Amino acid sequence: MREITYLEAVREAMSIEMRKNEDVFLMGEDIGVYGGAFGVSRGMIEEFGPERIRNTPISEAGIAGAAVGSALTGMRPIMELQFSDFITIALDQIVNQAAKLRYMYGGKGKVPMVVRTPSGSGTGAAAQHSQSLEAWVTHIPGLKVVQPSTAYDAKGLLKAAIDDDNPVIFYEHKLLYKTNSEVPEEEYSIPLGEADVKREGTDITIVATAIMVHKALEAAAELEKEGISVEVVDPRTLVPLDTETIIESVAKTGHLVVVHEAVKRGGFGGEIASMIAESEAFDYLDAPIKRLGGVETPIPYNPELEKAAIPQVPDIVNAVKETLTKKAVAK
Amino acid sequence: MEQTKTLKLVPELSDEKLKELYKQMWLIRYFDEQVDQFFAKGMIHGTTHLAVGQEATAAGACALLSDEDKITSTHRGHGHSIAKGGRVDKMMAELFGRTTGYCKGKGGSMHIADLDKGNLGAMGIVGGGIPLAVGSALTAQMKKLDYVTVCFFGDGASNEGSFHEAVNMASIWDLPVVFFCENNQYGMSGNVSEMTNVEHIADRAAAYGIPGVVVDGNDIIEVINATYEATERARRGEGPTLIEAKTYRWKGHSKSDAKKYRTREEEKDWRDNRDPIKRFKEDLLEAEIATEDELETMKKAAKQEMDDAIEFAQNSPMPSLDELLTDVYA
Repeated sequence: MREITYLEAVREAMSIEMRKNEDVFLMGEDIGVYGGAFGVSRGMIEEFGPERIRNTPISEAGIAGAAVGSALTGMRPIMELQFSDFITIALDQIVNQAAKLRYMYGGKGKVPMVVRTPSGSGTGAAAQHSQSLEAWVTHIPGLKVVQPSTAYDAKGLLKAAIDDDNPVIFYEHKLLYKTNSEVPEEEYSIPLGEADVKREGTDITIVATAIMVHKALEAAAELEKEGISVEVVDPRTLVPLDTETIIESVAKTGHLVVVHEAVKRGGFGGEIASMIAESEAFDYLDAPIKRLGGVETPIPYNPELEKAAIPQVPDIVNAVKETLTKKAVAK
Repeated sequence: MEQTKTLKLVPELSDEKLKELYKQMWLIRYFDEQVDQFFAKGMIHGTTHLAVGQEATAAGACALLSDEDKITSTHRGHGHSIAKGGRVDKMMAELFGRTTGYCKGKGGSMHIADLDKGNLGAMGIVGGGIPLAVGSALTAQMKKLDYVTVCFFGDGASNEGSFHEAVNMASIWDLPVVFFCENNQYGMSGNVSEMTNVEHIADRAAAYGIPGVVVDGNDIIEVINATYEATERARRGEGPTLIEAKTYRWKGHSKSDAKKYRTREEEKDWRDNRDPIKRFKEDLLEAEIATEDELETMKKAAKQEMDDAIEFAQNSPMPSLDELLTDVYA
């Protein structure tokens, strides 16, 4: 099968949906001739024109509000939020309007919109262009939250997000844009709320999101050399969360390490750990759950510091070994 | 020889329509006065924001809108809802938290929506509905539908970033939206003269390259005319207009408001000398569009509608607890 990049997969999903459905359109800063800050929409204006590849002023709250209003009146907008950090400016529209309208109107109306936004560190863009704020939005009932880790997942999940009648926050990781994977040319959908076991294993489960899926897989490959069999589970969507797959995996391996790029304190890892602690899988745990996340600091500019701010492969390897050692002590 | 004064209406409105508007203004006033009383008696919980004294802006701005035309409303939105064809029984039921209410008792005073009538809903966030109105207008433009969206907001909201972002976007895209500022002189306790350094909110239109119009918001005829011009312009594809209607809320911001920031003399002046309903009545009589008796009949009909609405609301069932989790997701 052909391989394309994550960035191309996102573009392909949007293009397929826009060809099929006139109500779908893209709106955001510099997405037109410029092709978007990361080049995701490059070439789309030639095919779809400036009406549907709608270049906006620098107005995050305005764009988000226009997305809500157009979704409520029959369109299916995809808005590109140039950097996920800028969600701070658009949060009123996303949290107070998009997520709430249907409920506070007693089930009337729907808000089928997608907020696509590049997240994460690793580009040297420092503190205001490198954050991972996904846990914030998972706290808001009414929103769905997606974090694809591969090109294949990105294409299938974006279709599902566009088809969904609810507001969906779709986090794209900047460092994944240029990564390849096998992606069918035809249209397909990956249901929101279906985790993917990226690697099967028997000794320990790593639940990892976005770019950490790849680091976890690297760690798993290293650990395999030492005879440790690691299962890597990628939730793919945080809301809705496929608790079943995670619980099953932990029940099987008896060990859990959760790893994400976002700051550990208040991060989504806490939610996964608590979910397991409340589930039947807790009885199968042979050691305490280990969480790995970003350190409690804004993302620094210096490349060495930047790297040290988030979990790296050796950290994951150590966390796995530590967790398995605790088992030995416990028994 | 004395001549009969005529109403200086730009659009053509039948005498019947004008009399209906008179009734509607009474309905808006009765509704909010009733809500005020129910709050005082502890029969309604939460909070509420009353638009007594602002009847001419809601009724005037919506007078010529069809059910296809849209509005976005504010936290002070009961009048907008009524003016856009909302039923007072379903509105009152909503304030009583009943299942028969517009939002099944989940929205309350600040969130009444009626999508079938083009009311996209009332928003508890000051300025929050302004970009939403732009989105609604964007739909009209992209789907080539000829509806217009009238976006209500207050003087306070005109200082929010969302206002400036939204008006700018609507202007560059020539969207069919009318930004309708009800300048009732106060954003909670802040007088507009303390909070802005422009004489008129409508002056801000110049910054976005669109027309800005100031009207006496207590004169329904002026409101109808200005809104008519703006909606016609919007329908022609010439883009948005910013209308500022100067008016006054007779009541405080919400139920907790002791109104220490303004004088009783000021309140009395607006009530006694600038009552929008009284003014419209005088206009209708002078222009011989209606007689005293006819207007009294309209007023009584409004009262009756209100009484029926209260009975409906009080006799409606409470939602079951199963309703808690429905409607979160579509």
